[in-house]
Parts: sequence; C-alpha cells; structure tokens
Amino acid sequence: MNPPLRIESLVKSYGSRSALSGVSLEVKEGEILGLLGPNGAGKTTLIRCVVGRVVPNSGSISIFGEGVGSPSTRARTGYIPQEIALYPRLTAGENLDVFGRYAGLGGEALAASAQSCLTWAGLAERAKEPVMKLSGGMKRRLNMAAGLLHKPRLILLDEPTTGVDPQSRQRIYAMVEQLRQDGVSVIYTTHYMEEAERLCDRVAIIDHGKIIALGTQAELVRQSFGTQCELWLHFDGEAAPTHAAWASARGGTRNGSSFRFTVTDPAAEIAEILESARAESVLIRDLSFRAPNLESVFLHLTGRALRE
Amino acid sequence: MILSIVRTGFLNLRRDRGALMLSFVVPIAFFSIFAGIFGSRGGGLNPVSVAVVDEDRSEVSQRLVKALEDESGLRAAAAPEAAKGAAPVPYDSRSAEAAVHAGDVSVAVVIPKGFGNSPTGFSGPGGARLRLLTDSSDPVAAQVVFGLIQKAAIQSMPDLLTSEEMRMLDRLSGGLTPGQRARIDSTVVRLREYVARRGTRPIAGTKSEIEPLSGGLISAEIRDVVGENKKNPLVAFYAAGIGVMFLLFSASAAGGAILDESESGTLDRILSSRVTMTNLLLGKWVYAALLGFTQLTVMFLWGAFAFQVELFKHLDGFLIMATATVLASSGLGLLLATSCKTRAQLGALTTLVVLVMSALGGSMVPRFIMPESLQKVGLVTFNAWAIDGFTKVFWREEPVSHLWPQVLVLVGAAALFFAIARRLARRWEVA
Repeated sequence: MNPPLRIESLVKSYGSRSALSGVSLEVKEGEILGLLGPNGAGKTTLIRCVVGRVVPNSGSISIFGEGVGSPSTRARTGYIPQEIALYPRLTAGENLDVFGRYAGLGGEALAASAQSCLTWAGLAERAKEPVMKLSGGMKRRLNMAAGLLHKPRLILLDEPTTGVDPQSRQRIYAMVEQLRQDGVSVIYTTHYMEEAERLCDRVAIIDHGKIIALGTQAELVRQSFGTQCELWLHFDGEAAPTHAAWASARGGTRNGSSFRFTVTDPAAEIAEILESARAESVLIRDLSFRAPNLESVFLHLTGRALRE
Repeated sequence: MILSIVRTGFLNLRRDRGALMLSFVVPIAFFSIFAGIFGSRGGGLNPVSVAVVDEDRSEVSQRLVKALEDESGLRAAAAPEAAKGAAPVPYDSRSAEAAVHAGDVSVAVVIPKGFGNSPTGFSGPGGARLRLLTDSSDPVAAQVVFGLIQKAAIQSMPDLLTSEEMRMLDRLSGGLTPGQRARIDSTVVRLREYVARRGTRPIAGTKSEIEPLSGGLISAEIRDVVGENKKNPLVAFYAAGIGVMFLLFSASAAGGAILDESESGTLDRILSSRVTMTNLLLGKWVYAALLGFTQLTVMFLWGAFAFQVELFKHLDGFLIMATATVLASSGLGLLLATSCKTRAQLGALTTLVVLVMSALGGSMVPRFIMPESLQKVGLVTFNAWAIDGFTKVFWREEPVSHLWPQVLVLVGAAALFFAIARRLARRWEVA
C-alpha cells in the first residue's frame, strides 16, 4: 500500500539560496510526524512543495501514490497555513462555508462538516461572530478547522501555535490528539521542542534545508547521546566569557551564560567538574542536571539552540 | 530635532513609490491634460464644426456661405466629406439635422429661401430667418456660431445691411431728403467696393468712416434638434461620465482582494484546494462586473427618479452598454490588481490610471470641447467608448444596432485585460 506521503531527494533553490537540499522522508498511515527546525530551516518550503504551491527543482513527492496537484490528491490533502488564512469580515460559519465550497463540498454534506469542524475547534457557540472579533487562539483553531472540512487523510499543519497563548496552545494540542485518534496522518511543523515531544510519533529535524535526524524521540536521543546525561552550569552574564576557556577544556559547550556538559557517569563526573570549578575560582550561580531531549539533540547536531 | 523629523519624512517618501507617484506624477499628468484642453496650445479653441445648407442660392446667401467657410472660428462645410472618388453631396436640411443628431457636426445653419430678399431682422417677423439646428450637449457651440454669423454677415454684406437699415429709417422717420438719399446710396456703393476690394476677410488695422456696423443684425431661429424633446437633456451624459469613472475605482478595489488574499495566506489555501487561478480570476471578474452593473443601475435609477433620465425608454440600450462597460472596467480592475504587489501600490496606480483615463476619456470634461488631437488620444481609453455608447443611447437616441463599434471595443478590451491579468497572475500560482 502506498504511504500517505513519500518525499525523495527534494531540492529547491531561490536563486543562489538553497531552501531544500535533498530532503527525503516518509509519513506512515495514522502517524504524526513532527518537522522540527529553527525559523528559515526549510519547513514551510517543504510543506508548500507538498501542497503544490512551490515547484521543486528536482526530487519527487507522492501522496497516496499519486503526484502533487491531481484532483484526488487535493481531495485527500488538507493544508493549514501558518498565517490566519481566513476572511476577517465573514463570520466563522461563513468562512467554513466558503472554504468547504472551494474544497468541492455542498449541500447537507457541507453543513454537517462545517458543524462538526466548529465543534472540533470549540467554536460552535461563536459560529456567527465575524472572524475579526475572535481572539487570536480562536482564529488559530478556526484556521485549522477550515483546512479539514473535506476530511483529508493527510494533514499539513504549518506551525499552528504561532503567537498563541499557553491556554489556547493546550486546546490546539487536544485538537491534534483528536486527529491522531481519527487515524489521519499529519505533518506538524514547529520550532517548539515541547510540541514535537508531546504530539509527534516521530520527529524529523531539519536545518539549512536538510533532514539531519529522523526517528522517534527516544531513538534520536539514543543516537546522539547514548546513555549520557546533561549537566548545565549557569554563571552570571558578565562572568561567562572569562570561564569559557575553563569549560571548553573540560568538554563543555557555551550557550549564552550557561555551559553544557555531557556526562556518562553522573556521580563521578559531576563531582569532578565542581571540584575543578572550586579549585580555579569559577563562580557558579546555578546548576541543573537532566536527561537529554530533542533540544539537546538539535544542539548536539548543529551546535546551535533551536530558537537562535 | 525638527530637521531630523523633516529628514525622516523625506526618507519615508523616497521609499514609498506610491506616495512619490501621487505627489509628482499625478499632478504633472493632470496639469498636462488640462493645459492641453484649456491652455490654447496650438491655436486656441477648437473650431466649431458647422453644416451649411443654402436653400436660397441667392447672391446674398452665397456671400454668407463663403464668409462662414472663411471664418477661422468655424469649420463650415456645405457638404459632408465624400468617400474617395465620389462627388460630395451637399447638405439639405434633413441630412444636416441628421448630422447634428449623429454628432458629426455641432451645429447646422440653414439659409432658407427668400433670405437674400431681406437678410436682416429689420423687415419684421415675416422675413426669412436663418435656422440654427443645435445639440444642447454642447451649449457653447450654438452661441459661438450665432455670434460668428453676425460677424460674417457684417463683413460680407455691409452694403446690403446698410441699405436695409436705411430703408427702415426712411420708413420710420417719415422720409429722407433727396440729398440724404443720395449720400446714403453713395455710401452703399463704397461699402460694396470695400467688400470687393478686401474680400470677406477682415483687414487688420483698417479704420474707415464706412467700417461696418457692429451688433446683431441677422436674426436666426435656434432649435435644439437633439435635446428638444428631453426633460433634462444633459443628465444622462453626466451619469455616463461619472458612472464610468467610479466603476473603475470600484473594479480596482474588488480586484485588489486578491492582494489581500496573497498577503494573508488565504490565496495559498484557496489554490491548494480545488480552485484554479483561472477559476479564481473568473470569479473575481464576474463579481466585479456584477457589482459594477448594480452600481450603474442604481445610478441611472436615481437619475430617472431625481433627474428625469429616460432609463425605461432606453432600457435595451442601457443594458447592452452597461454590460459591455462593466466587463471592461472589471477586466481593467483585475489587470491593475495583478500588476501590483501591495494594496498601497494598487491604490496609487489606480488613482493615476483612473484619473488620467477619466480626464482623457471625457468623464470629467466632455471630449467635444477638447482639441482634436486630445480627442483622438482619448479614444485609447475605454471611458471614451463607454461614454460615446451611452450618449448614443440616451442623447442621440440611436437604435441599439448602432452600438456595435462601442460594444466591440469594450468587449475586446475586456478580453484583452483579462488575458493580461491571467498572465500576470502566474506569479502567484507556484514559486
């Protein structure tokens, strides 16, 4: 059976700037695949290639075994752009009616789908409100609902929580969980590590237009760190530069006014590092110890924090 | 501090091409157009076109016809331009009236039989009076022609005018003495010689005791042959002119929705659904056309209600012209929108294009008062064709079959605008 999405060696350049440099990945049936990367990494370009809005220079994309842009592909794909792509003067209900018609729905099927999407987004009570009067979180949820009216089997969610307050974000997470229960396949792009960790079955880390790691969170951490853990030492901002040489000599990497050390035998190695700091009069303001996560993986692979 | 604020203002202006264009290009364009219309460049006001019908064929009437033909303020002709190789057929009163009706000439002057016997108004109301057939859409032309007829008469037949006046004086004063009569007869002879010596053209600087008299002596009956049966003749003309100008503004605003959709990401969403760019543009074209049609209808209904525009009498012509006009204006709106990147850019470009087209095309100033060269330039705007069409319907009351040139041009322009807009919209289809 053809997978919902298969991308092979996708390349896209804008003039001399390379946006995608040979991206390959596959989304499985019923899977939520996180596309994690900093701003400008190529996430949105990749999504826009999949919905046919950007034509790649080379490589191939197949959606349920068919090429991009065919009527049946469009019918099975739902695109939720990063922007609030709605008509602000129309009500929530009118927006869903419009986009449902654009997706080829009509009559009772459209009415039923619009109602179900409004309920899914928690906006059934606000159906008659003009979009411009809804809160930012409500607009985001309606933006998602507008992409799902035709009940697509592959959903492309492009940073759906951008600019959303924590409470609304939780609501959006619940909506995505609901999609998982419905068995649809989702590509979820984000630069929030916690979203990828919470929602995604697998994560593809993308940077400078390349997939630099792909797997479950546990696999990625294991590949990068094995059984190692992280020790973070935090200094006062002004002191940090003077301690860089000391930290670097012990395998630490600087991140702002903090230094990260990876340790395999925490009890022995932490004591050794702290003793060295005391001996050389390095003043530590705070320290933390944690198991590596996706952000650690990204830092490990790129040498940069995700939000830099 | 103040200097910094001034500098910031100029920096912002320099980066804002739309504002720059509105600040400098639009005023210069307007100045040039209106200077061209009213500034007397290249020889003053447009000569008034006149059809002359000589039913009298007397020596006197022929002198008047010659004088009118020689008058630089008029473009008088006794026959319309004939086709190549064909002999010109002189105007008669019917064909001259038809020429005024069709807008081929501004005024027709009919010299009736018997005019030569008593060319002035001194012989009383029973005399043969000139007939001026006019079109009140150009109210100035009739007055200009009437005045220039007086001038032509005075300069071409002062002898006859003097004789007529003296006959009247003789009658009213109870009789002149033989000596007075002899002196008057001698003056009339010298006047005839004066005219013969200089032709009918005025002689610059000539001062003489026998300089022709001034004042209106030739009486004429002025008849508005185009607007005579209309309740409020010029309103339909202005409804068309103003209506077309505002159609352009609203069509551009409607077409500009695609720029909003592009900026908000809605266009991405639409084009990733089942809607194609051609569908989208066609939809916007039809929407803008329906909106424009409604606008025009409301405007003419208001005209019918408040200003007695005869909408219901000419409903078929209105429907045809309104449809052709809104197709073209909405096509142009799409073209303007697809050629811009932002709403601000569209606003500036629309202001420039619409105002220039409206000024040249006759929405602001009727084209017939423009110099001929500008009238020809105006034909590149579809305002001119639309207004001509509406004028044919409401003013000249021509049958709808006569509208085909205007309809053809407007529908052709609409198709061309749409095709270019579709081509320009390719930039949104894929990156």
